[in-house]
Amino acid sequence: MADDVGPHGDDPREHEEPQLPSPTIWPFGFAAGITLVLVGLIVGWPIVAVGAGFSVIFGFLWIRDATRGVRRLPAEPPEEAAAPAPAAPEGPLRYGRARFLEGATLGLGGLIGAAITVPVVGFSIAPAFVGQKTEDVDLGPLSNFPEGQFQVTTFDSARSEGAVSRRTAFVRYNGMLQQVPSFTIISNRCAHLGCPVQPQGPMDEKSKKTVENGAVDLIPTSPSGFGCPCHGGAYDIEGNRIQGPPVRALDRYEYSIRSNRLILGKRYSVAHVTGTGANAKVQAYPRADPGQHVDGWEAWLYPLIPH
Amino acid sequence: MLPVDWLEERSGLIGGLRYFLFRKVPRETNWFHTLGSATLTAFLVQLITGVILAMYYKPDPKTAYSSIQHITNDLTLGWLVRGMHRWGASVFIILLFLHMGRVFLFGAYKYPRELNWLVGVLLLTMALGEGFTGYLLPWDQTAYWATVVGININANAPIAGPFIANILRGGNEIGPDTLARFYSIHMLLIPGGLIGLITLHLYLVIRLGITPPPWTRAAEGYAAEEPVPMRRGLVEPRPRGNGNGAVVRRGLPTVPRRPES
Repeated sequence: MADDVGPHGDDPREHEEPQLPSPTIWPFGFAAGITLVLVGLIVGWPIVAVGAGFSVIFGFLWIRDATRGVRRLPAEPPEEAAAPAPAAPEGPLRYGRARFLEGATLGLGGLIGAAITVPVVGFSIAPAFVGQKTEDVDLGPLSNFPEGQFQVTTFDSARSEGAVSRRTAFVRYNGMLQQVPSFTIISNRCAHLGCPVQPQGPMDEKSKKTVENGAVDLIPTSPSGFGCPCHGGAYDIEGNRIQGPPVRALDRYEYSIRSNRLILGKRYSVAHVTGTGANAKVQAYPRADPGQHVDGWEAWLYPLIPH
Repeated sequence: MLPVDWLEERSGLIGGLRYFLFRKVPRETNWFHTLGSATLTAFLVQLITGVILAMYYKPDPKTAYSSIQHITNDLTLGWLVRGMHRWGASVFIILLFLHMGRVFLFGAYKYPRELNWLVGVLLLTMALGEGFTGYLLPWDQTAYWATVVGININANAPIAGPFIANILRGGNEIGPDTLARFYSIHMLLIPGGLIGLITLHLYLVIRLGITPPPWTRAAEGYAAEEPVPMRRGLVEPRPRGNGNGAVVRRGLPTVPRRPES
């Protein structure tokens, strides 16, 4: 009998003994899920849902791992028989424990690292996208804007930010359209790369007016169009591109009239303007950064715009 | 030399330093091989002058410009340190390109040094990033509008562009956070990456050895003659088994084993 149990005789007996499932780290995730469920019962239902999801996923992985030997039993014996016999009894067991500790260290280290990294990276990036607001700007009474003349209008677009939010728009009163005052308000940011475009015509610096306690500057001008000093983009009087690198017309601002005052709203992008003055038809699009196409096939290059 | 021996026995640092400084190089090294060290020196100048400038610079839209005027006009030698940083930036970039040209023309990017070329390309990109972020900091008209244009160029990249622009600006528009953001990227984020990658770059240079110029016999695959050791250190530098010594191929330096004594 003793002779029978040689180095080769160990293998069958090994399989008859109850085998411990190999250690896994899934129970940690399962336990964390249960904890989340319990915490969620106090704090809020979304956390319960997350915890339940964790429990189900990690529970499934745990069960899958624990039953692997049972499920694959028919397939495994030939593989193990092929393995070198002397190393078999002790080798895998020690290795399994080392692997468990290695996996646990890496897994826990990874979790801790992720727990620190995710909020930090989120804090560095998320504020650039979430909670972006634009303020309405009061440009003063309508009488500041004589009919048919552009005013180079400079204003603080965000009062709390001060001079860094200083922006310029070209504002023209077009007269009444169906008993409502009509304005053309063109942004001075070039649709190529965002340089400030200049009115192509005399600026009446002597008639400069500062209104609204210094918050708004008005300089009358009579341009034939607008030109950009940076790379030579040129626009007509309605902001349509005439020549140069810009990819669309100049941006415009929404506006409203409240108590006979001109209130500047959001900026939006314009593909093209047909007609002039109060009768202009504006192909409006959500605001895009300079240089981005808003129409045509090139617009497909920018499927998502975070404004 | 008791303190040196004491340190060496406990750390091995002296031997490591000797290994680094007195390692063998091909006989035909010439002035072109100094461009890498020159670039490193330019980077160190930027590092030191930048740290000093950071003591006086205020990254806030209301005070940034006046703090730069203060550094330039009021503080003793402020004009010099700012000038070193401002002109040194250009020197750094120029030397980077010259160094890259030398590596390219000498074929020093070939096996087994491809990884070091890639690290060098990353270093170049990050150095250009330093130039871009540093340009905004004086907060004058040139700085502001150059950055507007630069960010909008980034914004024109397909698909990811609009997001890159928002991340750079910290929002839809250049605002008070943008300057501090650029300052942080300029003096913390990118320099940290640069220091790490430069360390890797130097490690690979030391591990793989210096490429001889392409016109030399060594570059044609002839083994170099036994060099006479320049100096004996406490720890004798030895060629690593899997490093430059083991791989004898065309275009690679051979580092012969030192005769046992």
